Amino acid sequence: MGISWQVPEFVVERDYARCINCGVCVSQCANEVHYFDEDWQKVMHRDIRCVNCHRCIVFCPTGAIQIKKNSTSFTFNANWDELAIKNIYRQAETGGVLLTGMGNSRPYPVYWDKMLLNASQVTNPSIDPLREPIETKTFLGRKPVDWRENLPPQLELEMPVMFSAMSFGSISLTAHKSLAWAAHELGIFWNTGEGGLHQELERFADRTIVQVASGRFGVGPELLKKAAAVEIKIGQGAKPGIGGHLPGEKVLKEVAATRMIPLGSDAISPAPHHDIYSIEDLKQLVFAIKEATDYEKPVAVKVAAVHNIAAIASGIARAGADIIVIDGFRGGTGAAPLVIRDNVGIPIEFALAAVDQRLREEGIRNEVSIVAAGSIRNSADVVKAIALGADAVYIGTAALIALGCHMCQKCYTGKCNWGIATQEPKLVKRLNPHIGSQKLINLLNAWKHEIKEMLGGMGMNSLESLRGNRLMLRGIGLTQDELRILGIKAAGD
Amino acid sequence: MKKIYIRKDYCLGCGLCEIYCATFHSRYPDSIVKAYKLSASKPVSRLVVEKMGDDACSVMCRHCREPMCLYSCIAGAVYRTGEGAVVVDEDRCVGCGTCVLACPYGLIKKEKVKEGGKFLALKCDLCGGKSELPQCVANCPNEALVWREEEEACAM
Repeated sequence: MGISWQVPEFVVERDYARCINCGVCVSQCANEVHYFDEDWQKVMHRDIRCVNCHRCIVFCPTGAIQIKKNSTSFTFNANWDELAIKNIYRQAETGGVLLTGMGNSRPYPVYWDKMLLNASQVTNPSIDPLREPIETKTFLGRKPVDWRENLPPQLELEMPVMFSAMSFGSISLTAHKSLAWAAHELGIFWNTGEGGLHQELERFADRTIVQVASGRFGVGPELLKKAAAVEIKIGQGAKPGIGGHLPGEKVLKEVAATRMIPLGSDAISPAPHHDIYSIEDLKQLVFAIKEATDYEKPVAVKVAAVHNIAAIASGIARAGADIIVIDGFRGGTGAAPLVIRDNVGIPIEFALAAVDQRLREEGIRNEVSIVAAGSIRNSADVVKAIALGADAVYIGTAALIALGCHMCQKCYTGKCNWGIATQEPKLVKRLNPHIGSQKLINLLNAWKHEIKEMLGGMGMNSLESLRGNRLMLRGIGLTQDELRILGIKAAGD
Repeated sequence: MKKIYIRKDYCLGCGLCEIYCATFHSRYPDSIVKAYKLSASKPVSRLVVEKMGDDACSVMCRHCREPMCLYSCIAGAVYRTGEGAVVVDEDRCVGCGTCVLACPYGLIKKEKVKEGGKFLALKCDLCGGKSELPQCVANCPNEALVWREEEEACAM
């Protein structure tokens, strides 16, 4: 095959005036970029292996390391950009599907950033959250129209944010511990993803949403009964229409036991559920789960945001789901084909607006709660999602960043230097759940303060007043069609 | 008394504790670069990071209730401070190494810290109360080292 045409994506710059050859970078880099050279008697590096995860930079006690993008460039071509050329080199060399991790990284428009929030001026008073209480409590589940009817099972959240589904296997047990602990402390919920609940975390079961996905890994009647709610996963935003594959080398003892599969066996989740080829089939599974849990737990159905999402959501509502989770095309993943991640699905903003509108028009909006997912980056995104019609949001990537993820997008290699997307014992312990959970708690408490500030600014003392209140949003730089689908007016209108 | 406790499950074996310890006990306690670049000999850490396979563990003087080093010192250089730390008076130490042999944990080093100087017994002094937390605890990136009262630590 000859020489590889791949050149380093990043270059390590080591300031030898500061480097004390302590070897901390050597010990911290699972990609073996840094090494101690016996002949030169100093620490050196191999740029080609660097994934730009910043572990060495953060750990270097003298600040001697910088990682820079390799400035070597191809002759300018607006069509054949660097990524297009490099991906061809990679595929010509390997003959394989290109894999990637985290969410869509291509420069598609971010519609959250094209919507602006309102605030009260003169004609109605704004509220100071430091002086007056502002309610962020949220209930997820079917709300009956007739008040005499018994209230179906609800999830009670202290704030409208939950941790989205990330399986034990795709992420480490220490990451799961951090999420579970934080959800418990914050009065919200976390989601096991497809892979079951580790027995050490069963004490957090009342704060846990368990997932039933196409591989049914880790699912049993005991698990369903223990959990706070059950989520049927049809698809995920990062890879709509694609199944999952946890390679056998990550299926160590604990993962195997939790997933209920043999040690070292590949865990393959099929692309579809082979017992769900229609809404009627979905209804059967929804009610099978409701039967199994004595109609005491809400059942959620998670789908990726795709072209006909409004009709799909309507079908899910009619299939008896209590909660619909819509995952936009920027949602993250532990591993997905690059071409799928970057090209399939639609933005969550449009999907959310379309679904909320459709369910209202059909008079069944009260039958389900809507949870929006797929790159909620900050509290403003949360507030905008609520105003567009979401009952709550899921955060996955944001939570992982709070745990130390530096977005190098190499989750699929299993060599996560931050101890998140890995099963290697020496890497897993890098994430101390005491620290991790505290960071998550801090993040969401900060968001809660900000959400209250934004609500107060709009003169509202409760999240309920904002839910589906699109008059609080204005579009900027959007076309007529985009404004119509989002159901909002243009700024100044 | 407050002591340094080790949580092996979280120790990464990165060695930052050694670097901060060695720097703090060097001629240039405020600058790692100076401590390592300007000192005549390599700064010596008072603790040791033990590694075996995926496990790692930072170990330092336990400040025993029955300190063998103190009992064995021929020069009367090892003493217990008011706070309970077992430390070495470097002026009195004759560098004989008896304490090195006596320590059941092997956590005392015999080194020359100054060019042409005498051998000294070097051990953890809990940073002599000179900083709020011992340097290794303050700079452990994963809270694998904690500064706790003995009773609390037993309940950990």
